[in-house]
Amino acid sequence: MKFLDKNEELCTKCHLCEEVCAAAINKSDDREKSAIRIDDEKDIGIINVCNQCGECIEVCSEQAIFKAKNGVILINKSKCIGCLICVGYCPSLSMIFHEDIPAPFKCIACGKCTDECPSGAIFLKEIIDEEQVAAGVAE
Amino acid sequence: MSCILTAEHVHKIKAARKVLKEFKYEPAKLEKGYANKSLYINISNNSIVSKDVTEKMKDVFIGGKGFGLWYLWNAVNPLTKWNDPENEIVISPGPIAGITQYPGAGKSLVVSISPTTGSVVDSNVGGHFGPFLKFSGWDALEIQGKADREVIIFIDGNKGTISIEEAPLESVDTHLIIEELTEMYAESDEDKRNISVVSSGTAAQNSYIGLLNFSFYDKRRKSPRVKQAGRGGIGTVFRDKKIKAIVVKFNGVKGDLNNPVDLKKIQELGIKLHKEIHDFDAIQTQKREVGTANLVEIMNDYDLLPVNNFKYGNHPETWKIDSKQIKKKVTQNMPDGCWYGCSMACAKAVDGFILKTGPYKGQKVLIDGPEYETVAAVGSNLGIFNLDHVLECNFYCDTYGVDTISLGTTTAFLMECYESNILNKEITGGLELTFGNKDAAMELLHQMSRGESFGKIAGLGVRKIKELLVKEYGAEPQFLNDIGMENKGMEYSQYISKESLAQQGGYAMTNKGPQHDEAWLIFMDMVNNQIPSFEDKAEALHYFPMFRTWFGLMGLCKLPWNDIEPANNRQTSEPAKVPEHVQNYVELFNSVTGKTINKQELIVQSERVYNFQRIFNIKMGFGQKVHDNPPYRSVGPVTVEEYLSRQDRYDQQMKELIGVAPDGKTIEEKIKITRKYREDQYEELRQTVYKRRGWTENGIPTLEHIRNLGIDFPEVLEVVNKHL
Repeated sequence: MKFLDKNEELCTKCHLCEEVCAAAINKSDDREKSAIRIDDEKDIGIINVCNQCGECIEVCSEQAIFKAKNGVILINKSKCIGCLICVGYCPSLSMIFHEDIPAPFKCIACGKCTDECPSGAIFLKEIIDEEQVAAGVAE
Repeated sequence: MSCILTAEHVHKIKAARKVLKEFKYEPAKLEKGYANKSLYINISNNSIVSKDVTEKMKDVFIGGKGFGLWYLWNAVNPLTKWNDPENEIVISPGPIAGITQYPGAGKSLVVSISPTTGSVVDSNVGGHFGPFLKFSGWDALEIQGKADREVIIFIDGNKGTISIEEAPLESVDTHLIIEELTEMYAESDEDKRNISVVSSGTAAQNSYIGLLNFSFYDKRRKSPRVKQAGRGGIGTVFRDKKIKAIVVKFNGVKGDLNNPVDLKKIQELGIKLHKEIHDFDAIQTQKREVGTANLVEIMNDYDLLPVNNFKYGNHPETWKIDSKQIKKKVTQNMPDGCWYGCSMACAKAVDGFILKTGPYKGQKVLIDGPEYETVAAVGSNLGIFNLDHVLECNFYCDTYGVDTISLGTTTAFLMECYESNILNKEITGGLELTFGNKDAAMELLHQMSRGESFGKIAGLGVRKIKELLVKEYGAEPQFLNDIGMENKGMEYSQYISKESLAQQGGYAMTNKGPQHDEAWLIFMDMVNNQIPSFEDKAEALHYFPMFRTWFGLMGLCKLPWNDIEPANNRQTSEPAKVPEHVQNYVELFNSVTGKTINKQELIVQSERVYNFQRIFNIKMGFGQKVHDNPPYRSVGPVTVEEYLSRQDRYDQQMKELIGVAPDGKTIEEKIKITRKYREDQYEELRQTVYKRRGWTENGIPTLEHIRNLGIDFPEVLEVVNKHL
């Protein structure tokens, strides 16, 4: 499975990743609409981003959240009824909600922010899990 | 669910339908939580009318139960009986109902004249019907009249059509009819989530304690399930009107359909509570894991679990029916809410249960629950500590349309009568109704469904059975009144109130009868001693009934108020009120409606409706001091064995509180002394409560209070003036 990993020691809190993400997933220049968040106030836990753990899948009454073949957790926005339980139930609080956007959103491990990160603090990582092997998408 | 429903069968049922009336309308778009329209249907003459909801109605009665009471008030006169055509069943969800962000926001309130109390009753129920009704353009549904043949009512909220249809072939029992109708009206499997059915069952038509089931489609189990409007026999009214079901279909649930003024605020409040439940539910009340059933062992530990008709408060075999055992039966780890967005998710289900008795014996069924109340009512209170019996009884009560609480309390009363030789096998038609006899208890319920034998007597409820036993069998009225756990004609819900004076009032000084949805003060009073004086108790018996009434005005559930608490709640000045959550509710109301109430005005909103309901009771010939008298079993020990079970406690109280030495006195003498003291205490509490509530010594709201609340309409004053 693919997910966005981090080395916080390298983060310079430049917020470029937030700008890239907001533009990529929500076509916005508002950093509040980014799925990756940089907390200026913190020294540990600076970078908050989904680790694709999938706990949100079970809490969704509409079965709108699912695991794609590559292991990334995705949301079917047309099924979402906006209850926001997934936002409250995300163990790392990485399911993001913004009032202008009808459904919650999250990191989909597209890698656009990692391409732009000047310090190498964020990067895509791939681990092979048994489910993927069974699904025939990994060996 | 259990039955194998074929397309052919559904087709056959549908082909037998005959449309009696059709009505087309333009579904109103909701504005600030209201459709501003209500739907009136008369099934005597098949008329369907759209009514305007006025600003005044919204200001005074708010919605939900408030609307139900107002419509029913206008529909009936003081002589109206439950089975008269003018009696109505009103279903109304309330302005907050239908939001998807805050837990517990899918409730409907049902109001009618009750067969057991003879007065107005209200019941709060989950399931998807209320929100779907509102999204279909209706703040309330009034059903009046009596059909001369079996009918169903169908509302299509997308197309804007309503029909009354003759329905000869549909089943009556709920687990069958909800499947038939969900299958019939859904265009695809995906569409089943858009259907909700209100139904009852065969026992509702042969008893006075019938309930209404409200369905919702469980997408993971791929089956419709039900929640119950249990109290007061509204299912009996429903079947007497010859209604088999009311169906609503609405496709397109989204989080903003209420068109609230401040969606962002509602979303923030919702996320905050979801996080709280995520962080603390597992260490607080475990609603997600076991629902309300965790109370079984807690009540047993505190001597509050009713055993053998409320004689005792605990039993060594309780472990056999506690939540640890129930956990093994219910399917875990599902988001089990009865409306969208409820992260509290207390609804539970047992999958694949094989029935051992009755007409569906051998079938594999899905059982909703069991709730604490059901476990206590049909389990411990009957001296039955057998979980399979509890589940079987739970299933049959739901599908037959019978209230588990009233059934349990009535059966417990009958068992005590049997053991006291007031009843015998001759009278019961061979049923040996001793405590612990699960087979007799089950058979009684099946008889109720068939309308046969002693089951028909049991279905009358405690008050009417008492009258019958006195009249037909010469039973001693005082003993029956002491042990028959009813007040106002409604059977008690499942808590021992003997050691909590405040809860004795919380049960008997209610509007509809002894249901704990008005006040549950036992821990505050008995365990934590937070309300020691009469004034403290009276304040609690003012505040909590008013606060809890508010849920019924809004279409909300009570559980997310205090079955989850913020981390710092214990450090606040009034932890029992859960101040942060009260503020959440104030903000929710304001964010939906655009009004600007505060926590004091929230209470006044309830006070208006609460006092109106009290006056409604007076209009129907009830609602006065004499109707707030509790049965002595709820106040203190009636029998010798009961006194002996808590002898140390009662003897000590006699010495320390009454100032009488128990030494050398017989148990009978001690029971008498204890009784005099406890009844005097209750009387003093009653007068303190009446004063705090703005009522006269006879329990009538004063003119000054009525004026201050702004409910001094001429027809209200006319009722009250006769009693002042």
